[in-house]
Amino acid sequence: MVSIKNVHKSFGSLEVLKGVTFDVMKGDCVCVIGPSGSGKSTLIRCINALNPINSGSIQVEGIEVNDPHLNKLELRKRVGMVFQQYNLFPHKTAIQNIMMAPVTVLKEDKADVEVRARQLIKRVRLEGKEDSFPGELSGGQQQRVAIARSLAMNPDVMLFDEVTAALDPETVKEVLVTIQDLAEDGMTCILVTHEMGFAREVANHIYFTDRGVIVEHGTPEVFFKDATDPRTKEFLSQIL
Amino acid sequence: MSAIPGITGKAKTDLPVLLPVGPAKTIGSDPLMVSRWLANAPWWTPFAMLAMILLWPLTAYAQGSNFTYTDAVYTLFRWMPFLVGSGFLFNVLISFFAMLIGTVFGVLLGFAQISPLTPLRISAKWITQAFRNSPWLVLLFIVMLALPFEIEIFGFIIDIPSWMKAVFGLSLPIMANIAEIVRGAIQSVPTAQWEASESLAFSRRQQLLMIILPQCFKRMIPPWMNWYAILTMATPICSLLGVEELITLSRQAMEGADNHPELLVPFFGFALLIFFAYCYPIARLTMRLERRFAVKL
Repeated sequence: MVSIKNVHKSFGSLEVLKGVTFDVMKGDCVCVIGPSGSGKSTLIRCINALNPINSGSIQVEGIEVNDPHLNKLELRKRVGMVFQQYNLFPHKTAIQNIMMAPVTVLKEDKADVEVRARQLIKRVRLEGKEDSFPGELSGGQQQRVAIARSLAMNPDVMLFDEVTAALDPETVKEVLVTIQDLAEDGMTCILVTHEMGFAREVANHIYFTDRGVIVEHGTPEVFFKDATDPRTKEFLSQIL
Repeated sequence: MSAIPGITGKAKTDLPVLLPVGPAKTIGSDPLMVSRWLANAPWWTPFAMLAMILLWPLTAYAQGSNFTYTDAVYTLFRWMPFLVGSGFLFNVLISFFAMLIGTVFGVLLGFAQISPLTPLRISAKWITQAFRNSPWLVLLFIVMLALPFEIEIFGFIIDIPSWMKAVFGLSLPIMANIAEIVRGAIQSVPTAQWEASESLAFSRRQQLLMIILPQCFKRMIPPWMNWYAILTMATPICSLLGVEELITLSRQAMEGADNHPELLVPFFGFALLIFFAYCYPIARLTMRLERRFAVKL
């Protein structure tokens, strides 16, 4: 599904990713954790080509991302992304936010899209908020609209970039429940997160990054109990 | 200027957070300086100007002459319908068309300035800076002298009247300044909006037209109106090139009345008054819109 091979990425002289390699299978839910500045967010932004990579290869459903002739629009139709700051379009209502991309990008019939959008709103448990503007919604509600907006494109993979980092502890839960539902329905998810408890619960596989490399990885049971790398141990001991 | 509830009196430090909150009172040059100044003029300004014109002789013209100040004012009244109907109308006409042309090309130039194509972007920047920072009169002279007074299309000879050339000349700096407004407004939208729409597979054109522009359109209106006021007040420079607008006709009228010095104050005072009367409501409206559209982030 998503195959990342020896990816290097630098911002100027600062090397953020130093040869990252991993594979994500269909239906997997993968969590990437690690300290700030370890390249987690950069890595998932590279997957949908928001940041170009310097060398290596990222393949999404057979599309090579590191290709100068990459059809970015084709790639992004398959990869949904949710951001830390929600980034809803402030001049559109919740349902318009969700309907916009399928109608204009995929050129789907407006009535069909609206039916789907209403289902999605139900799925993220926001019935009754269809016609609210983002400014009228709480952070958690906005983030759930953002998730619905990405889902409306019927992506093959969903990327979540620290989606709960800007939320208060209470609203974090409602967003996490939404993501958990998704993962249980078999959506392929790649999450960058600081929510260890959540990672332990939903992830099939956890990757720990530090200073641009994957230091340790494994299933949640193994990862949280029997971490071998000293750097991972230190990180986990501070958090758990 | 909105006060902070419960706080009276001035802050004792100069920390920026303690400065009063007001729209667009930002550090750096104020883009709406003209409108702000005009809009802050009290409502009785035109009456004060009128009083000054009428009371002028009490202070200045005590020397004896056959042509009294009353005669001068009377001359003005006789000319007034003509000055407004044929003179000021042209100022409005020139400003209107210059604004129209300037806006259309300015928007295109503004888009070109944020183009991902480097040659286009750089040349657009150069054009913008060149026209923004050139003296308007020089631009006007170049256009006036470079454009032919008639053009031939398919055997038809079409005259280009001088006021139309003035329109082209004035639309150049307006174009450049509108381009800056457009560029600035687009760049004021957080980059996260570009990223979000990019990740939803919008093409660049769709992003610009459907996501970015609707968010910054309102922000462009106050500076745009500000430039209209500036342009209108600049139209009298066309008189230097013989365009028959308010100032040209005023001078002709004064010549017709033997150029008595008593005529200067009534005639030019009237010109000031009429420009004020035209631009003042625009400035007030600009300030009102500016307050209403103040960026909420």
